Amino acid sequence: MYAQMVKSTGTGVKSLDEMEPEERAFQEKVDADIRIEARDWMPEGYRKTLIRQIGQHAHSEIVGQLPEGNWITRAPTLERKMILLAKVQDEAGHGLYLYSAAETLGVTRDEMTEMLLSGKMKYSSIFNYPTLTWADIGAVGWLVDGAAIMNQVPLQRTSYGPYSRAMIRICKEESFHQRQGYDIMMKMAKGSEAQKRMAQDALNRFWYPSLMMFGPSDANSVHSEQSMAWKIKINSNDELRRKFVDQTVPQAEYLGLTVPDDTLAWNEEKGGYDFAEPDWDEFFDVLKGAGPANHDRLEARKTAWDDGAWVRDGLTAHAEKKRTAKVAAE
Amino acid sequence: MADALFESLLRLGDNALILGHRVSEWCGHAPVLEEDIALANTALDLLGQTNLWLEYAGEVEGKGRSADDLAFLRDAWDFRNVLLVELPNGDFGQTILRQYLYDQFNLMNLEALKGSTDTRVSEIAEKAAKEAAYHVERSRGTVVGLGDGTEESHRRMQDALNILYPYALELFITDEVDAEMAKAGIIPDPKSLEDTYLAAVGATISEATLELPQAHFGHRGSGRDGRMHTEHLGHILTQMQWLQRAYPGQSW
Ligand SMILES: [Fe+2]
Ligand SMILES: [Fe+2]
Repeated sequence: MYAQMVKSTGTGVKSLDEMEPEERAFQEKVDADIRIEARDWMPEGYRKTLIRQIGQHAHSEIVGQLPEGNWITRAPTLERKMILLAKVQDEAGHGLYLYSAAETLGVTRDEMTEMLLSGKMKYSSIFNYPTLTWADIGAVGWLVDGAAIMNQVPLQRTSYGPYSRAMIRICKEESFHQRQGYDIMMKMAKGSEAQKRMAQDALNRFWYPSLMMFGPSDANSVHSEQSMAWKIKINSNDELRRKFVDQTVPQAEYLGLTVPDDTLAWNEEKGGYDFAEPDWDEFFDVLKGAGPANHDRLEARKTAWDDGAWVRDGLTAHAEKKRTAKVAAE
Repeated sequence: MADALFESLLRLGDNALILGHRVSEWCGHAPVLEEDIALANTALDLLGQTNLWLEYAGEVEGKGRSADDLAFLRDAWDFRNVLLVELPNGDFGQTILRQYLYDQFNLMNLEALKGSTDTRVSEIAEKAAKEAAYHVERSRGTVVGLGDGTEESHRRMQDALNILYPYALELFITDEVDAEMAKAGIIPDPKSLEDTYLAAVGATISEATLELPQAHFGHRGSGRDGRMHTEHLGHILTQMQWLQRAYPGQSW
């Protein structure tokens, strides 16, 4: 997902009996679905894990502007251009909500940005894939926002209040994004031969990367147990991936497109699809920085940050001058 | 009359389209997240205005061309925007100063257009003026903040002003089309806005502790009549129109 491999700092999940009174009171609140707020006591591991998770999610929204921003100046109609601009603007807004949520845990947005740029914090592997044709913009909305929704809807009920409230705001907008993406795919899949080819090609390239968004399979997901006990992770990776496949395959069929998986088949017994796992070696490579887009994305963010330093400094200096002038006048 | 109105609507629409394109290039690359959001918002408003002006232009022309046809299927010589909006973004200071120089004019022009004898024009102006008022407040504030910020930001803003100010003056290079529209009470003669514009810009620039350069728009011919453009316009169109040109007649 947008937060795919978040290390939990807990050392195995403790039972209530093993906890000190403070921690026990905290866990009982979480168990009873009472929201934890910034001023409440919380275990250090909970706080740190949340910073990583929310930070990674925020960075994903920010870096996620780039593959779609890549097509704003080339969008084929004025209406498509405006829809895409509004979507990318929404993603920047999501970044803002999430950074604000993370800031309640005692880390600043600038600190998190520095960690992103130095490689200490990650963003979702999906944004390291390039958008090559206009159909990719459809595929991103349909599949990437679709996968994001799958993960974020349950997170609306996460235990940390500011995070949960950010998720509620974000989810409303994500469903628009997915519909708009699907609408592009529809136009392409029902369009000319060239457009159909673009649509199929986009699905071919984005299918497995979208499945990777949910993170490694449960067997290899070492940190899930503690996060689930803290309710900052609600469903397992495999569970969400299955739900996503079950939802998406009929949508692809409706478009007349072929999911690039020969093993894909409806399994009557389990009431869901059997499907192939993505190439996890590729996932770990991409997460580590393989692929041209990975380098481009980070360079773009670094350039934006470095070139913008004089602007941030200038505006801060001006605000400071105005403040001193006001104090002097009083 | 219809010809002059068509021309004038292209001038309005093309300014918004080309500036909207330039501003949208910032998406994901701004100095701070709030600016990413604000610039996207500005670009969005400009593209919305483009749509309204060009749609009406197509109707006035009467050849069945839609706003998209006009945006995506004309070549450089048929564009009627001023050169200011085609210029590359430069650094953020240059982008925001160009934005201010345009916003200030756009707002005054739209305020005047609200009183147009052409109801369609006045309706579009009514809506667009609200957006422009917000844009000018923002771009003006940022120009002042950066002009009167650090030594570096001051220097960069002065450099931007020296480059851009002559181009702003093109907004007041007028011709018979303007005269005809003004006479009919449809669109004011830009010259009638010049003094208030220069006063407003002058006030902003001095609040920003910058100095207005001695300048005039020295080119013969203007983007407004299509006799002059920068080389940049062709590259903008190459990008903007590529899909429509490569796959003609498709629905997207
Ligand atoms: Fe988002
Ligand atoms: Fe989204």
